Amino acid sequence: MTKAKTKAAAPTGEHAAEVSQLRILDPDGTLIGEPPKIEEERLGEMLRLMMLGRRFDQKAIALQRRGKLGTYPPMSGQEAASVGSAFAMDPTIDHFVPSYREQLIMVHWGLPFSRYLLQRMGHPAGSVIPDHGRLWPQQVALAAHLPHAVGLAWGLKLQDREGVVMTHFGDGASNEGDFHEALNIAGVRKAPVIFICQNNGWAISIPWERQSAAASVADRAAGYGFPGVAVDGNDVLAVYTATADARARAAAGGGPTLIEARTTRLGAHSTADDPTRYVPPEWLEDATRRDPIARFRTWLTSQNMWDDDREKAAEQWCDDFMEQAIQEYDDTPKPDPEQLFDHLLAERGTRLQRQRDDFVANRETDG
Amino acid sequence: MTVKNMVEAIRDTLESEMERDDRVILLGEDVGKSGGVFRATDKLQERFGADRVVDMPVSEAGIIGTSIGLAGSGLIPIAEIQFLGFTQQGFHQLGNQLARMRYRTSGSLTMPVTIRAPYGGGVRTPELHSDAFEALFAHSPGMKLVAPATAADAKGMLTQAIRDPDPVFVLEPLRGYRLVRDEVPDGEHLVPFGKARIARPGTDVTVVGWSAMVQVALQAAELAAADGIDVEVIDLRSLVPLDVDTLREAVSQTGRAVVVQEAPFTGGFGSEVAATIAEEAFPYLEAPIARVAGFDLPFPMPMLEDHYIPDAQRILRAIRAAVDY
Repeated sequence: MTKAKTKAAAPTGEHAAEVSQLRILDPDGTLIGEPPKIEEERLGEMLRLMMLGRRFDQKAIALQRRGKLGTYPPMSGQEAASVGSAFAMDPTIDHFVPSYREQLIMVHWGLPFSRYLLQRMGHPAGSVIPDHGRLWPQQVALAAHLPHAVGLAWGLKLQDREGVVMTHFGDGASNEGDFHEALNIAGVRKAPVIFICQNNGWAISIPWERQSAAASVADRAAGYGFPGVAVDGNDVLAVYTATADARARAAAGGGPTLIEARTTRLGAHSTADDPTRYVPPEWLEDATRRDPIARFRTWLTSQNMWDDDREKAAEQWCDDFMEQAIQEYDDTPKPDPEQLFDHLLAERGTRLQRQRDDFVANRETDG
Repeated sequence: MTVKNMVEAIRDTLESEMERDDRVILLGEDVGKSGGVFRATDKLQERFGADRVVDMPVSEAGIIGTSIGLAGSGLIPIAEIQFLGFTQQGFHQLGNQLARMRYRTSGSLTMPVTIRAPYGGGVRTPELHSDAFEALFAHSPGMKLVAPATAADAKGMLTQAIRDPDPVFVLEPLRGYRLVRDEVPDGEHLVPFGKARIARPGTDVTVVGWSAMVQVALQAAELAAADGIDVEVIDLRSLVPLDVDTLREAVSQTGRAVVVQEAPFTGGFGSEVAATIAEEAFPYLEAPIARVAGFDLPFPMPMLEDHYIPDAQRILRAIRAAVDY
């Protein structure tokens, strides 16, 4: 497969150094490299899932404003980085260890979406991982899940179990000590793990050039003895290709890969953030021109693999998906306050039991 | 029964548990070829191979963090942290991650992980090798915390820890590794957590300690006996879970309590023990509960450490004060 390597502006625009990155689709939807071999139906599912991300962001922000959802991290602009990598993996045998902006990948791994909503609202039922066990809980502490992903991958390898572990994190997380320790150990153990850094240019308000003097996160892989690849994170085909290559290498015993998906955060860090205080308007304009959904849709349309009917059907699917999830979410009873005391340890222990008994006995008066 | 020192008891326990269950895997710094800086894993790599006794990079957060992932893959990791002071370089993986995993996933992801580390001072180590951070761990719900004082308990509690479905931190008395020698039961030996041990019966004063302080408390009890004071010594064994019943019953009998810890005075686990005794046995108290502890200082330079760690004389002074009150 030929890979078109192009020079392209880093996510932070004119401030950042140029980085060579894998790109298959130009921002205007023109094919400039060899597309991965993906069935037409699956390509449509990829676009549909990306559309869900964009539409769900709007819905979630509205729900949050109405007090129906807790703090929400939108992913608009980053749909290709999530969906391209997810579709290159096999959720029936592979594992995913997420950060907190990978709603779409969690859907792909079979998380009932109502559970995601419950999690964001702070309902304990929302944090239950699917029975198949291959989707880990969302990690809130930056990079803290990376050593977990490495241990998991290493453990699979030690037990001769099939499957590769994928983990996502942001550019901000790449500056934590856990990032270094995790990648270092992954390299030593040749763990079947794929590290995907969604470099959206911003750690909340801190642009990449004030996070690191290095031009690229991918370059850091050299320090750990395994390949690092920068890809245009808004090109779903490039992200897919890089992830599929990394997966094949990991499954064949070749060890880890670091992929830097250079993408764009079109919205706020979270619903608690106001990016107009720090994102320059021209940066946002540039990012908007590189919209991953428009790019993919333009190409699919040019290949006669997408049209208005399919667009309408996809929109309907997204709306039905969200409506059903929100309905299930609404139908879920509030947690019983006594659940506070559940699941600390296999056995509650006498001390906690006493605290629980006291809590239960005095709930009427203590509230 | 076989007489062993503590490090021999630990090593043999690791070996027998690895033999019993092939999911058990050891990881840590210098645990493989070298057999551990205290030889707690001596010759285990030779026996079980480099995939089950794993020499790790100097990377405490990585060792604890990958243990979480290994446990998630179905293995039973035992991580050795070379010195307790170094846990601070991985503490976020302990308190924030390992201890919380079951709770934050509503029981859907559990962590049968054992962490072992030498605890406390007394052997002239360099800086940051002699700390007593048990209060930090006890304040991290979701993790059990045990501190054996004898070689027999080291075996029984380490076995219990490895078979526990939840994270257990085993504090091993650094100065006791070779000095503590006692009869260790042969074959299967488990010491359930949450049950303290009466190390010495007595009727006048109850002294509560754990880990290396139990031995010092026993020395103080001998000195007090010469004064005609009959001291009871309780070896707490397990801090989390805490044996409230034994504390209550003991102090209800003696009416006087002295709590001993190596850690700094303020905010220490001894304060938790003292508060528990006050709540549970207040009507029986005949003197204020005394705390004998390290001073509110970082663990000092080796030439001064003997003046910092509670010794038998300091404990004796507290015992006398309680009797004379």
